[in-house]
Amino acid sequence: MGKFFAVTIIVIAILSAIPIVRHTWWMAPDISTHGAPIDEQMSETMAEAGISFLASQILLAVFIWVFSNSKPGAKIKTFPGGATAMVLGAFLLVGTEVLALGAFGAKAWGSIYFTPPSANAMPVQVQAGQFAFYFRYPGPDGKFGPIHPNLVSEANQNFFGIDSTNDADAKDDIVTAEVAIPVNREIHLLMHSKDVGHSFFVPELRVHQDFVPGLDLSMHFTATKVGRYEIVCTQLCGLGHYNMKAYLSVMSQEDFDSWLKKQAALQ
Amino acid sequence: MHDTAHTAHQAPASFIRKHVFSLDHKVIGKQYYGLAFVAVLVGMVLSWLMRIHLGWTNYAIPGLHLLSANGAPGNVMTPEYYLQLMTMHATIMVFFVLTTAPFAAFGNYFLPIQVGAEDMPFPRFNMMSFWVTLTAFLALIASFFVSDGPTLGGWTQYVPLSAVGAVGGPGEGAGVVLWATSIAIFCVGQLLGSLNFITTTLDMRTKGLSLWRLPLSTWGWFITSIMGLTAFAVLMPACILLILDHVAGTSFFVPSNTIINDQLQPHTGGSTLLWQHLFWFFGHPEVYIAIVPGMGIVSHVLITNMRRPMLSHRTLVYSFGALAVLSYMVYGHHMFVSGMNPVSSIAFSFPTLIITIPSTIVVLIWLGSLYGAKLRINSASLFSLGFISMFISGGVSGFFLAQPSLDIMLHATYFVVGHFHMVMGVAAMFGIFAGTYFWFPKMYGRMMNETLGKIHFWITFVGAYCIFMPFHYLGLAGNVRRYQAFVVDYMQPLIPVHRFITVAALVTGCAQLIFVYNLFYSRFQGEVAPANPWEATSLEWSTPSSPPPFDNFGGKLPVVYHDPYQYGVEGSNGDYVMQDSPEQIESARDEA
Repeated sequence: MGKFFAVTIIVIAILSAIPIVRHTWWMAPDISTHGAPIDEQMSETMAEAGISFLASQILLAVFIWVFSNSKPGAKIKTFPGGATAMVLGAFLLVGTEVLALGAFGAKAWGSIYFTPPSANAMPVQVQAGQFAFYFRYPGPDGKFGPIHPNLVSEANQNFFGIDSTNDADAKDDIVTAEVAIPVNREIHLLMHSKDVGHSFFVPELRVHQDFVPGLDLSMHFTATKVGRYEIVCTQLCGLGHYNMKAYLSVMSQEDFDSWLKKQAALQ
Repeated sequence: MHDTAHTAHQAPASFIRKHVFSLDHKVIGKQYYGLAFVAVLVGMVLSWLMRIHLGWTNYAIPGLHLLSANGAPGNVMTPEYYLQLMTMHATIMVFFVLTTAPFAAFGNYFLPIQVGAEDMPFPRFNMMSFWVTLTAFLALIASFFVSDGPTLGGWTQYVPLSAVGAVGGPGEGAGVVLWATSIAIFCVGQLLGSLNFITTTLDMRTKGLSLWRLPLSTWGWFITSIMGLTAFAVLMPACILLILDHVAGTSFFVPSNTIINDQLQPHTGGSTLLWQHLFWFFGHPEVYIAIVPGMGIVSHVLITNMRRPMLSHRTLVYSFGALAVLSYMVYGHHMFVSGMNPVSSIAFSFPTLIITIPSTIVVLIWLGSLYGAKLRINSASLFSLGFISMFISGGVSGFFLAQPSLDIMLHATYFVVGHFHMVMGVAAMFGIFAGTYFWFPKMYGRMMNETLGKIHFWITFVGAYCIFMPFHYLGLAGNVRRYQAFVVDYMQPLIPVHRFITVAALVTGCAQLIFVYNLFYSRFQGEVAPANPWEATSLEWSTPSSPPPFDNFGGKLPVVYHDPYQYGVEGSNGDYVMQDSPEQIESARDEA
């Protein structure tokens, strides 16, 4: 039975690795300028984790195969080097591995989070609420009108609680339920939630950030490929969580300009 | 340390004091096991319902409306009812199974015996810890029966969703209050239990039993109880604050300007991240609270079946300790995309990566000890070896989740679900199974059926991989967790994978009925167990009978002469010498 178990472990380990190696189910292709280090980090981690996984499972299987069939009179043997070899091996191999992963990973993380948005990044505001995202563009004046929480109303379609009658900055603000952005232009996304926790995840864009009620958070990114992508909520926000999504369209500058003009006319 | 027995309490005569309100740690251990047994069956049925719904969203599950007329009109699960069942599945499994069975159940039963004591120092606290835990379970189950059902907020109960009250959605009013009350009460039980475990280990050891002579299972429970003492002590006040936000008009967790259903909520100044910090300061150690007892049990079972001690007893103990200490320094990896300062993410990333070092040492010591062993294959050892395989598989995905840059792609996806199910769910369950097959003869004086045990193992081992390995693939493809249906365009092609998982989950779940049958059949009809069926060395096999008498050692406490695992030696009984045997060993392996 030991041999059968050993074979089972090896078969499971190899079958488990095949979809990973073949990328049967894998991350959507990257369309961001900042995503390359993430993808590279993913591949490196996958290689190191994959080798650790296969090596450990195979070692386990081999030892079970061999030592579940020890002869009755056999003497107990000790692994060459004993526990010291194990501890040193773990510290040297895994220690180096994790420190390298940590350092390169921190670099990838830093390249995204420790670089401020450029001065000409296009600001877009996104508000999350049960169970929809709404977006706001500042209009020609480049300024968002202030938010008045007491004016926020789904019923009146005033999703952001803006007062376009009295606030000069709010007059030209454009509110939409879908978001469009120009390709190859940096976007500075200003995020807030009006109710509970939500999240903003676009796999292709390599962006993922929670909305935290009480905090104004921001992200910046540049999309490099024209297309229509989905924004999904990943923070459990209530019964409609699964259906909280919006489309993000990456357009050429000309298409974007005409789209925004159309949206402005609809306000 | 005690060298003579002095009976702290007499054997009870009445049925109630013997079997219900018992002060005997063995009865309390069995009560905990019974509670975990009921809880795991409930949790498993909930997972079946969830899996069926995820595979075939509009399928009418016969009889489901009986569970909740509102939650399943026409037997089809509503989106909110899916989330409610999911929350209950997770809460029941994490608290009432994975914490209760390997730690409270086996620990209560065997820790005092393995230290050569006749009971714990505070038997009344011990009795109270079980009854408090049972009360917590009943409070949680009660939420099925309140008007809008249990909470839907997930076992993490992120605020402000869980703090705003019924306006947040079904179950977010009374459901959350019951949930938080249940968990706060549960914490009291664990604190009482932990105090007992710590004092028993430190103060009740019998003559000759130095700390280094404790079996690894006892080390597992001892280290876990220290973790429990600190982790549950943080969760309990967090739950109390959450209850106050509901019933006392406080705003610990709800910030100003929260607008739900176009209504400005009557809260100001609360902090969303405060809850996450408090919860995960408990939540991450909790992972180790679930798994370290399993590591101890599996080490104990494996050594007996390898007929040799571990390559290094002390290195394993130090590694368990390192896991416990580091488990408090890594919790922020649950919050990489939470809006926490990105510098903190890096600060939490490194300890998370470093925790793989003691984990690797543990695995390598296990593997290295297998080398040159005389491995006996039985149900207990199979589940122990399966534990190692699962722990490796669940552990390597930790490399990914420790890195904030990769968390961008994997956070809140099925990759995370696969990771924690394998490493703390399945592995811990395998620890429970290994412990059950191994200690059943001691607990009931009868052997479990080996053939049924092996069938149970094979289906469970292969089934668990079929269920949880594909979770990782789904996560890589961006499949978000906690969705009741997959209406997002890019997730729809993943539905066949979900169906495969559902079928695997149903088959694997049904295989657990073999275990249930074996447990009950063997309890009454099993072959009568010899005194030491596994030819083991530790003190639980030195009691005068199986199950042990009320005072464990029949009025005379054992004296310990050896390290816990004297295998591969030339003893008078064979290749082992019991810990309390005064015989001299030629090839002694004493490290202490």
